[in-house]
Amino acid sequence: MKNPLLRQVLTLWLPLVATYLIVLLLVRAGIIDAYMQVTIATICINIVLAVSLNLITGFTGQFSLGHAGFMAIGAYTTALVTMRFDSLVGFLGGLVLGGMIAALVGFLIGLPTLRLRGDYIAIATLGMAEIIRILLQNFEFTNGAAGLSPVPQHMNWTLFFILTVGSVMLIRNFVRSRQGRDAIAVREDEIAAESIGVNTTRSKVLAFTIGAFFGGIAGGMYASYFYVIKPEQFGFLKSVDILVIVVLGGLGSLSGSVIAAFLLAIISTLLQPFPGVRMILYALLLIVIMIFRPQGLLGKRELSTALLPRFGRRRRPEPSGKEAA
Amino acid sequence: MKRILTGVAAATASLVLLAGCAGGGAQGQAPAGDTIKIGLNYELSGDVATYGEANVQGIELAAEELNAAGGIDGKQIELIKYDTKSDAAEATTLATKLMTQDKVITVIGPATSGGMKATIPVAEQMKIPVVSGSATADDVTVDANGVKQFAFRTCFNDSFQGTAAANYAASKFGAKKAVILRDSSSDYSKGLADAFRQTFTAAGGEIVSEDAYAKGADNFNAVMTKFKGQQFDVIYLPGYYTEAGKAIKQARDLGVTQPILGGDGFDSPVLAEQAGTQLTDVYFTNHYSSADQDPKVQEFIKAFEAKYNTEPNAFHALGYDTLKFVADGVSRASEKTGEGVQKALAETKGFAGVTGTFDVDENHNPVKAIVFIGYKDGEVAVTEKA
Amino acid sequence: MEQLAQQLVNGLALGSIYALIALGYTMVYGIIQLINFAHGDVYMVGAYVGYFCMVHLNLGFVESLVIAMAACTVLGVVIERVAYKPLRRSTRIAVLITAIGVSLLLEYTMMFFVGADTRTYGVLPPFMEQSFSLGGVLITMKQIVIIGVSVLLMLVLQYIVRYTKIGKAMRAVSQDADAARLMGISVDNTISFTFAIGSALAGAAGVLVGVYYNAINPLMGVLPGLKAFIAAVFGGIGLIPGALLGGYFIGASETLVAGYWSSLYTDAVVFAILILVLIFKPTGLLGKNVREKV
Repeated sequence: MKNPLLRQVLTLWLPLVATYLIVLLLVRAGIIDAYMQVTIATICINIVLAVSLNLITGFTGQFSLGHAGFMAIGAYTTALVTMRFDSLVGFLGGLVLGGMIAALVGFLIGLPTLRLRGDYIAIATLGMAEIIRILLQNFEFTNGAAGLSPVPQHMNWTLFFILTVGSVMLIRNFVRSRQGRDAIAVREDEIAAESIGVNTTRSKVLAFTIGAFFGGIAGGMYASYFYVIKPEQFGFLKSVDILVIVVLGGLGSLSGSVIAAFLLAIISTLLQPFPGVRMILYALLLIVIMIFRPQGLLGKRELSTALLPRFGRRRRPEPSGKEAA
Repeated sequence: MKRILTGVAAATASLVLLAGCAGGGAQGQAPAGDTIKIGLNYELSGDVATYGEANVQGIELAAEELNAAGGIDGKQIELIKYDTKSDAAEATTLATKLMTQDKVITVIGPATSGGMKATIPVAEQMKIPVVSGSATADDVTVDANGVKQFAFRTCFNDSFQGTAAANYAASKFGAKKAVILRDSSSDYSKGLADAFRQTFTAAGGEIVSEDAYAKGADNFNAVMTKFKGQQFDVIYLPGYYTEAGKAIKQARDLGVTQPILGGDGFDSPVLAEQAGTQLTDVYFTNHYSSADQDPKVQEFIKAFEAKYNTEPNAFHALGYDTLKFVADGVSRASEKTGEGVQKALAETKGFAGVTGTFDVDENHNPVKAIVFIGYKDGEVAVTEKA
Repeated sequence: MEQLAQQLVNGLALGSIYALIALGYTMVYGIIQLINFAHGDVYMVGAYVGYFCMVHLNLGFVESLVIAMAACTVLGVVIERVAYKPLRRSTRIAVLITAIGVSLLLEYTMMFFVGADTRTYGVLPPFMEQSFSLGGVLITMKQIVIIGVSVLLMLVLQYIVRYTKIGKAMRAVSQDADAARLMGISVDNTISFTFAIGSALAGAAGVLVGVYYNAINPLMGVLPGLKAFIAAVFGGIGLIPGALLGGYFIGASETLVAGYWSSLYTDAVVFAILILVLIFKPTGLLGKNVREKV
């Protein structure tokens, strides 16, 4: 196992391609029916939302409560473009445009607000998302509160797979890059990071912009699968939903977000018969995780070392999850 | 080698999880053939749970009555109920689940237009009808691309209601000038306001001022003070009772005395509780009136009160009618399939419900009468059918 | 001119409510640097306790107000002890997420028990329904009660913070918790006391709003909670006079936006004020710039 390329093919690409093909076969064979396809689509969208928020909140330590706002921008842009140019090219163009506009908004909002201290950012991002929602509700071209429908459906399993895996990998590569390391340094100790020459504002804005981009992409995927988009779908509770996934999986663990997205889809299905208690359980989940396991399922580790600690390198000490306040 | 194990483990884990979803979803399937399965896809939690719950209560009462009377062609009705959490995407997901996994013959709900629209593409694809008792937006059943073959409703649409209100304002109050206060977070409110504005101005009236509030708003003093400084004859307030009650009370407290008109969103005892005796000179368009002496209506009210200990409102009545409407369609359908029911529903003539007797027109809208209900000093003083 | 005066009266009543809620935010933030997201929901619980007292127990307005304040005091202390105290040494994000969790828990537990639908306070005693006209400006008795009760409570608060022992302890802990501990102040008790006072004020605001608008529901605390927080930030978070100033400012600007522009944009304007304040003077109008020390 000396050849790194071979290792990468065997550990990464082979399982991925296998997953893709198996699901494709099962869909063709009718074993995965329409309902399960919708569930898979929801999971994929949630994965992209969660990893992009994780980049902002988990890796860079900037608490954002406005991720639904970026999602809304991506969703509306994609919907408006595909309703005008109903083709695969139009859809992909709209998707990328939506991501870029979300990134631009993220950049513009991020530049001034990210100079603020942690909890102010939470409120500022929340305010931003609310303003976006109110504007969408009052603009003529977004059709106000009624929203846009019918949005042509272009998403399918292949696109979901490519976009989801692509988003996760790009964010993973960013986290492992020099800029990503800077971002983590900012999370661990902003003042220390600054003192060793990290441009903290730049790191934060960069993470914010990239996170916003992928939030927009997820919104586009959503719009192009679920036919109807309305401003109210992108409210505060949507941002909380995304946050729950990230927190459950572990702030700072991409594979944690992926697993949590699966887990919450299952929990949500199981809770379907009990509409009254679903939100109560979500709330308790948040509180209990924060009190007893603030690092979430995986903490800051990734799946490979977490699942098989004895086979991995020596087990790293458990991250305490208690950084300096 | 270890890394490979990990990778394979990851892939297996994800497949197991997928299988888990499948297992979870497959439960609860009754053996087919003995019952007629009808899906309920309603907002049981979240923002608009009140309307979803009201519809479902009406539906469950109707199902009980039908089953006690022998069901449809001797088969019992089985309701399969899911909660959309007031989320349109969830409505799509659950409509798909009802149609593919639970194999229902028709899906009823969601209650709101946005949720309903999100299920129609699924209905067209799976060829299973979806029917709503309260999705009133004009483009639910028909849009620029034509009639949506598998979408039906048992309520009149927004423009019908807004138009009726505008005509009523002109004929009853001789109104020449109106102000509109709508709910900016509701497409229903926008639909009513648009129709009112169009009809009112076409008849030579003038909209002096227009404003909008957001869902959950408490404070209407500012906007009512602004209106008070202007000359007008009526206020059109197409919103839900939750905000309308507060708005009416604050308007009357500030000495705004002009008549206030609204839509079916006013229909709740909470409106009178909120505004108290200040609920005076307030009129709204509705699907039915509990004061209607038609024996069918009175029987429904009696049965409803026996089951739920509360007086039914229009959403309850519409839910009740919707299930009866669907059951009627199923029993007339020559083939007990989604397509068979679709055909039968589209051909409905003279269906007699508690919200009126109606035919289904070429746009899948019911052709029915509208009721005006007026309040004086907190009590219902006027009921007129038009 | 008459209309402007009327709008200012409306704004004053609304601002009193924001100010009462904002005081709780600002005191808690001042003492443990936590944005207590659940604060708006404590206000909601206060409104429901008042509703229960007035409608089901047939108590008078004053008794209901006192009982609601007492109930919220207990609730505030329980929330602090159960949810926030174990996290005293955790990251700020962890505490903030917990606060969101507590907020959702209160909202949906309430909804589970009383349903999502609006409840009304019913018929008020006749004296509450009176109104006076001052040169064309209409003032209702309810507005007078709201403004009066708010001002009274603020005076009481000012007295507690300035002249009592526990008030001194609060000020000491907010300046430097470790130093206060060394001086023999029980930091935990002081923090609990701060939550108690803040929650009592929120409970009072809940009952006042219930009487004013005659409509309450389980999600009524979300928006006023956020706006009160914005008010606190505007005036300078951690500062009691700042919360008052902010509350009245937000109340007035909201009323004026609705009166002279459009109700559509009241919420957006309030959030825009927040972002502008954060950008240009993050310490708020009355706040001093504090350099972050290593």
